[in-house]
Amino acid sequence: MNWNALGDNIHGGEILLPVRRTYIALTMLAALLLNLIPLPQWLSSAMPDFVAVIVLYWCVFQGHRVGLWPAWVLGLLMDVADASLFGQHAAAYVLTAYAGIFLHRRIQMFPMSFQIAHVLGIFLGQQAVQLLVRLVATGDAPDMLYFVSSLTGAALWPAVVGMLMLPMRRRQKSDEV
Amino acid sequence: MQANAPPIFNRGPSLTTRLAFFFVLSVVLLVADARFRYLEDIRAGVSVVLFPFQEVAALPADLMTRTGDFFVAQATLSRENDQLKRDRILAGADTQRMRALEAENAQLRTLVHATPIPGRSRVVAEILYESRDPFTRKIVIDRGSRNDMQPGLAVVDHRGVLGQVTRVFPFVSEVSMLTDKSQSIPIQNVRSGVRAVTFGLGHDGAVELRFVPASADFQVGDMLVTSGIDGTFPAGLPVAKVVRVEPSSASFARIHCTPLAGVANFTRVVVLGPGAAHPENPIAADPPTAPAPPTP
Repeated sequence: MNWNALGDNIHGGEILLPVRRTYIALTMLAALLLNLIPLPQWLSSAMPDFVAVIVLYWCVFQGHRVGLWPAWVLGLLMDVADASLFGQHAAAYVLTAYAGIFLHRRIQMFPMSFQIAHVLGIFLGQQAVQLLVRLVATGDAPDMLYFVSSLTGAALWPAVVGMLMLPMRRRQKSDEV
Repeated sequence: MQANAPPIFNRGPSLTTRLAFFFVLSVVLLVADARFRYLEDIRAGVSVVLFPFQEVAALPADLMTRTGDFFVAQATLSRENDQLKRDRILAGADTQRMRALEAENAQLRTLVHATPIPGRSRVVAEILYESRDPFTRKIVIDRGSRNDMQPGLAVVDHRGVLGQVTRVFPFVSEVSMLTDKSQSIPIQNVRSGVRAVTFGLGHDGAVELRFVPASADFQVGDMLVTSGIDGTFPAGLPVAKVVRVEPSSASFARIHCTPLAGVANFTRVVVLGPGAAHPENPIAADPPTAPAPPTP
């Protein structure tokens, strides 16, 4: 019996199937790909940071299996892709993951509207860390649209939760056995 | 078994410890990158790992432009073709005149014993994407150190100067655009011949001239071209157009300009090869403490 998996897989009164590590890894790679899609400048600042969303999702719902290091590695990859400072995204994502694991019981039990409020707060904090790093290191300041990405990320949360949970749902038949 | 023990027994270091570990590691990386630039090799390694992902992520956009190309009306194509043919004849005439002038210039330069201006190699590169980083204005192009890219090369499109290669990886390179805050280009006013330097402002579509005396001859609509005194950009490339001159009470004027090159509209750029090696700066070459005594 995998106690780890059981502890985290009770969600809203529903018991989910244990998650495969390959599934977690694949969703993270997919989020990385989504972040790398080339977009015009005005659109890319409004796009959610898919990697932050997926990191937070897995840390909230499978925190003990995911941990902090995938967030850190994904952060380094994003740093190179975005031509930003080395460690900027890494620090921000690690804090995102920590907040997710720290608050996971609370977020899981809340209805969706409260979940979105929590998630929005975490995303804003994550972007604020990046802003702070840049201000201290190089004195660069972004334009007004900078924090829009957090809003769209939080708006995406219900869809992400609904979609990623689908493969973990038990089919009705298996309950009868 | 160890792996199946209840989580209370096998959690390893506490969450806060792990957070502190990764956070400190990130800060060390940040300092090493921002202050000392130690990590360019690691960055190049990560970039190689990332390259296939970037290629895959660029596929949807490629596919869209290709299907878009496929469904272009015949009339549009033939109109565009006519236009291009006309442009080519005009450009051909210009090129011939330029060759004659170049030959004449070289001859004149030998007459006055000036060093000849060497030609530069040109590499056409494709823009992979604009960096998502909202703090900077950078683009990533699909030519890297494998294609003899090196930091400092000038990047232009068919309208004017776009920026400069600032970081080179094996397969890709980063180009800082002239609107980036860290980017400055020495220019010359075509009308009045006054020299100045453009500075990026960190947002699209605007650069400004700094440290220009309020009395300097700049007017709205003036064309600014590279002056070539930096040795990086060849002289005479169009850079920007003056859109507003603010006469200020201070001794410096504020001059706002619009860059001529546009990233949003084009997917291909030209990277100019290195020019002739600049002569050493005689002031910097001198030992700062003991200036050489004049030789008799």
